[in-house]
Amino acid sequence: MASLVFFYIAAALVLGGAITVVMTRNIVYAAFGLLASLMGVAALFLLTFAEFLALVQVLIYGGAVVIVIIFALMLTRMDDFRQISDHKGWPMGAVAALAVFGLMVAAIVRTSVNTGPREGVSFTVMGESLFRDWAVPFEIASLVLLIALIGAVVMVRRSDPDDDGSPN
Amino acid sequence: MIELAHFQVLGAALFAIGLYGVLARRNAVLILMSIELMLSAVNINLIGYAAFVDFTEAQRALGQVLIIFVITIAAAELALAIAIILRLYRNRSTVNADEINLMKF
Repeated sequence: MASLVFFYIAAALVLGGAITVVMTRNIVYAAFGLLASLMGVAALFLLTFAEFLALVQVLIYGGAVVIVIIFALMLTRMDDFRQISDHKGWPMGAVAALAVFGLMVAAIVRTSVNTGPREGVSFTVMGESLFRDWAVPFEIASLVLLIALIGAVVMVRRSDPDDDGSPN
Repeated sequence: MIELAHFQVLGAALFAIGLYGVLARRNAVLILMSIELMLSAVNINLIGYAAFVDFTEAQRALGQVLIIFVITIAAAELALAIAIILRLYRNRSTVNADEINLMKF
């Protein structure tokens, strides 16, 4: 019962933050809504006994991703911050999103899954799985991350001396 | 008691909200944030299955390993996307997705 209350609190945090991201007129509030939503996901990880993932979620999303996004907001146009406008075709987007939601809920209702009691995974088993069975994909993922970060640095570097970084 | 369906419906709702954000928002950074929401929805689904489905422990560990990969790729995608947005802002002085129509035929 307590777990259900905890779940609904976390779900409210996730959905409230997400709705803030897509609805608010102030772009800084959107960044904080994203933070709330991602922390709600960390709470869901705790609820399913995935402590390591909860920690990773707080560190990477709360510590890095949201900060990087706020930096991106800071480095792009400031006068957009107070009042942001949506695409004029937003009702179409709402219809598409509702259709996808309805489709997924229908699929969830109609699919039977053999569920058991809520169980976590011990650190040992998860570490063995990650570093033994999935060691090669893990190394490839680290390479992908490295290449992406180097690519990001190369892309924003000022190679042209006339380019002082300000928009023309 | 919480069940798998709770996690599935929450994941579907978060995915739909993220999809709406991608379709309706015009600021490129906000579109990026909506994509992060959709990736989180996938993670919610994966952790639901990893915790509730009647698998062996090694199989359930795979669900958590997949979440680690999703988080890694999401971080790589975010870094590249923000680099593209900053470059675009420097060259075109806008992050409005409607005004970025260089390749529009």
